[in-house]
Parts: sequence; structure tokens; C-alpha cells
Amino acid sequence: MTLELAIAILVTVVGASTPILIAAMGELIVEKSGVLNLGVEGMMLVGAIAAFVVLFTTGNHYLAILVAAAAGVATSLIFGFLTLSLSANQTATGLALTIFGTGFSALAGQGYSARPVTLLGPLFPSELAAHPIWRVLFGYSALVYFSFALVFSVWWFLKKTRAGLILRAVGENDLSAHSIGYSVVGVRYMAVMFGGAMAGIAGACFPLLLTPQWAERMTAGRGWIAVALVVFASWKPFRLLAGAYLFGLVMTMELYAKASGGPLSVIPAELWAAMPYLATIAVLVLISLRRDASTNAPACLGKPFLPSN
Amino acid sequence: MTLNRRNLLKAGVAAAALPLLGSRAFAQSEPLKVGFMLIGTVNDNGWNFGHATGAKFMKDTLGDLVAEPTIVENVPEGPDCERVLRELAQSGHKLIFATSFGYGDYVIKVAEQFPDVRFEHATGYQRSDNVATYNARFHEGRAVCGTIAGHMSKTGKAGYIGSFPIPEVVMGINAFVLAARKVNPDFTITPVYISTWNDPAKEADTARAMIDQGIDVIAQHTDGPAALQVAEERGIVGGFGQGADMSAFAPKAQLTSIIDHWGPHYVNAAQAVIDGTWETGDRWPGLKEGEVQIGPYGESVPADVVAAAEAVKNGQIDGSFNIFTGPINDHTGAEKVPAGVIMTDAELLSMDWYVEGVIPPA
Repeated sequence: MTLELAIAILVTVVGASTPILIAAMGELIVEKSGVLNLGVEGMMLVGAIAAFVVLFTTGNHYLAILVAAAAGVATSLIFGFLTLSLSANQTATGLALTIFGTGFSALAGQGYSARPVTLLGPLFPSELAAHPIWRVLFGYSALVYFSFALVFSVWWFLKKTRAGLILRAVGENDLSAHSIGYSVVGVRYMAVMFGGAMAGIAGACFPLLLTPQWAERMTAGRGWIAVALVVFASWKPFRLLAGAYLFGLVMTMELYAKASGGPLSVIPAELWAAMPYLATIAVLVLISLRRDASTNAPACLGKPFLPSN
Repeated sequence: MTLNRRNLLKAGVAAAALPLLGSRAFAQSEPLKVGFMLIGTVNDNGWNFGHATGAKFMKDTLGDLVAEPTIVENVPEGPDCERVLRELAQSGHKLIFATSFGYGDYVIKVAEQFPDVRFEHATGYQRSDNVATYNARFHEGRAVCGTIAGHMSKTGKAGYIGSFPIPEVVMGINAFVLAARKVNPDFTITPVYISTWNDPAKEADTARAMIDQGIDVIAQHTDGPAALQVAEERGIVGGFGQGADMSAFAPKAQLTSIIDHWGPHYVNAAQAVIDGTWETGDRWPGLKEGEVQIGPYGESVPADVVAAAEAVKNGQIDGSFNIFTGPINDHTGAEKVPAGVIMTDAELLSMDWYVEGVIPPA
């Protein structure tokens, strides 16, 4: 494998990993507050069509990202109202949100499927990324740098700030947090809205970063990978970063191995395709072996907050 | 006309038959209701879009003879489609098109219960008295694309993004590389199966994986323009539109496109039902009948290459050229079809081997 090819693969891996990473980071915060939102895929699709429509009508990529985030927040508020204000079942509501997002994005996208747009270009001037090595550092669009900043910010927020401590307290023991005067429902609303904004931006990655078009169901299940990754990473931001890139790497290497017609097929394409699942099994086994640390899951995950009980 | 007894008799019979004819004509003036069942949405720019366009063509051509066509979208290949078929039949549709392979068993089952309704199943193989099958010879279009690729590729390496290795797809890959190797005997093609018909991001990444490894012409059998857009962005030689003209997405990279044009078939079938001449059977038309069309050539295609592509196209239209004419070797070099022999339709429809020049998936 030449250096050029290795770099080209890396660039593709970064593209494939970024939307998964952003969506999973949002879901990590949601779950840390004790809420399980399975509607990530639906919110991503709403974000994708919102970004596409704005990009197509205005041509402004950054406005498209902002509107996608807002659309994600709006969608997440449906979930928030049902599960937090009305205490509906989170699993069922999350699934319904995915179905709703899929249908709504298809409806809103009527007439937009035959329209081309342009990708969001690299953030830095192209002279900086002329050499292949520098391309690895400076060759990406703003969404990619945003995803890295997001990982660090989420880690810093959870570990180093008072607000992060409150969020974790709400997720670990909602009744205690409530009894010392924190608004459990308020904190969870904020978390759910953050998750919606990130899912919206993750959806915007599809027309802006990967393939400049709108197609129904274009996220093709990556929202579910994001949900799974949060468990895979045992709710730790840097493990989530590693997990997202591991998934991105195996998804991409499968295609490069197949397209090489031989040279890269030392590891068969089928094995690359199976690797995310093998890795998931391996991680789950490792987690269950470490009995002392348990699974690290927030204790209130998925349970409605009912202070009267 | 001399007035003799025989002629008088004829005139009398004709006169007696007139009211009968009139009532028949009256009954028939009720426009024919035609139903279409699609696996996806009409906005996919590909397969389903092609069928919806065909339905519109039928309505535009036949006018008041047919009612506004009923199109049911997003029908999965399972028990749900049986319910949709039954509802269409019960609501007075006398001609129903089921446009995905997996509907087959259900079409046969429902057709037994509605003997006066005609069913047509696209890409299928099961027929009965009121179930016909139809398809189009897309591989004829692939031969035209392969000719262009053979002339224009600098690396002599093409990639082919496929969904699943079914005969329909294998046939297309083989036709493409057979045509390309008539121009460039060293030409190779690498098929990549991505196990889905619709995942644009994966299609785009597959195109990137191909281009990064020296492939400079990409053909695809999946529905969207994602691969063409990557070709445009990277500035490689180009690719081909699938199902529809995709030049809006890749004005420079689209060398030409294969366009599905189901319209004429839908007109003929509806007309036959109206005339009472509809018969079951298998119809597999292609370039000659206009059901497969070659779109406009891209600006980057030189005049001599256009001429070569047109020659292949016209040869298939007038019957003087068939891409599946021996000698044909398989990918190991062993002879599969002797010189001068043309493969039969049955052989094509069960094609499960690659011709020489295909780098088979590992």
C-alpha cells in the first residue's frame, strides 16, 4: 500500500466516521441524563432534509448546518414532551420518533430528489493541504473539526464542570437530585434538545460532507450505529471517538478491499464487513468480565421520572 | 356494391349487429383503470421513477381510454403486497403492474382469485393465464457504455457498483466488459457489491475507494447519482447515468446514460386489454423497441467515440450485433461460448459466471 493510498483511505474514513461520531456524542449526553432516545435515526433524517432544503435555496452551507440543528431540536422536543412532560415510555416513543422522522423527511423532500447541490469545502485554504501529509491535518471541512471539538467539549463538560456533575446526578439518581432542588425534567429537556441538535448536524453531514444530494432514508441506519456506539463506548467520550473511527474504518476498508480487486484483499471483504459485530461482541465480553466497574450505564437510563412515587 | 341477395343479407346482419356493437362500445367507453405497485417512491430518480414516468406516458398517449393511473408506492415484497394487489383488483382495476421481482408469488396467488383482471409482473418468471411477465434488455445499453469506456479510460480499469450478484446485474457487468475489451483487449472491471439498492453515502464511498485505486470509469447498477457526483468532484474520465439522465448531478462526468422507458410497453398492454386482445407471455424488449434508450453523450466524449457507440447501438437495433456472441471465455480464460454462437435468453437469465476481464469479487 502506498502512502498516497493510505492517506486517501484515511480521508474517506474520516468522512464516514464524522456523522456517526456527532450523533453518538449527542446521544451520550442524553443517556447520561437518564433518558434513552432511540429516535436518533429519525432526527438525523429531519436534519438532513432541513440542511438540503436550506442549502438548495440559499447556497449557504453554514446556514444549512444551523437550520439542521434547529430542526433536530424541534424534532427532539416532540420526544421530550411525550416522555418528560407526559412520562410516556421512552423506548416506544423513540422508535415512533424514528418512524415519524423517516416519513416526515420523505414528505418534506418531495421534489428535492433530482436537485444537485455542492459539498461543504475544506475549512483551510487548499495551499495548506497541498502535500498529502498536510492533507490529513488540514484537508477537511468544518464539520470534521467540529466533531473533534465536540468530543473534547463533552468530556470537559461531564468531568470538569458543575453543570456536568448535575447532569450526571440526574442520570444516576433522579430522586436525590430532585430532593436537593434540581429540576430533573428541566435538565433532561436540555439534554434531549442537545441530542436533537447533534443528530440534526449529523444528518446535515450527509448532503454536505458525503454525497451532495437528497435521497429518502439516506442515513441508511447510521443513527442506529450511533445509538449502539454509546453502549459500545460505555458512555465515555474518548472511547466513543475510538469506537466511531473503528466503525468508520471497517465500513470503509470493506469497500477499499472489494474495489482493489486483489492487493488489499489480504483480509477478505466479508471479514471487514463482519468486524463491527465481532468488535461489539468482544467489547461486551470485556465489559462483563470487569465485574467491579459494572457496565457504567447511568442508573436511571430509560426510567421515567415520577417524583410522587 | 351490386344489390344482390348475398349483399343484402350481409347488410342486414351488419345492421342487426350495430346496436350490439353500440352497447359494447358504450360499456368500453368507461375508461380502463390501471394500477401500478412500486417497491419505492416515485422520487428515486431511478427504477420507480421510470415506472411512474411510464404510467404517465400511458395516460398521455391513450387519453380518455384510460383513467388516471393508480400508483401505490413503498409496497414491501411480502404479505402487504398481497393486500395491495387485492385492493387494486377489487376497486375495478382491470390491468395491474407489479414492478418488483419479489412480488411474484403474491401476484400468482391473487391472480387466481380475479380471473378477469390482467396482471403483469416486471422482471419475474412465473406466468399464468392472466399473469404475464416483462423486462427490458438493459444489458444492450451496457454494451454501448462499455464501448465508450474502452475508448476513453486511460487506466483501462473500470469499477461497477452493484447491489446484489443476481443474473440481471452479472449480465450487465459482462456486457459492459465484453464491449470494452473489443476496443481495449486489456480492459478490466472490478465489481463491488454493496448489498443495498439505496445507501447513497455507501455508493459515494465505494466510488472513492475505486478512484483512489486507479479506476477511472465507474458504472453502477444502484439507483442514485452518488457515484457520478464523486466522479465529477474527482475529475476522472467519468461514469454513466442509470435509469435516467443524471447530467444535472454530473454535467462533465456523465458520459452517457441508460434510460428506462417503460411507456411503450404500458401503452401496448393497456391497448390490448381495451381491445380484448391481451395475452399472457413474456416480453423482453430492448433498444430496438425503444424501451431502453441511450441518453445524450457528454461533451467530453470525442466524435469518433460517439460514432463507435452509435454503431454498437444501431447494430443492436437492427439485429446485426449481439454482445453475447461467442467466442466468450469466463474469467479464468476457459471457453464458455464457442465462436459464432449467440447465448439464448434462458442462458442470459440464469447467468452466474463472469466473462474474461472481470476481476471476480474475493
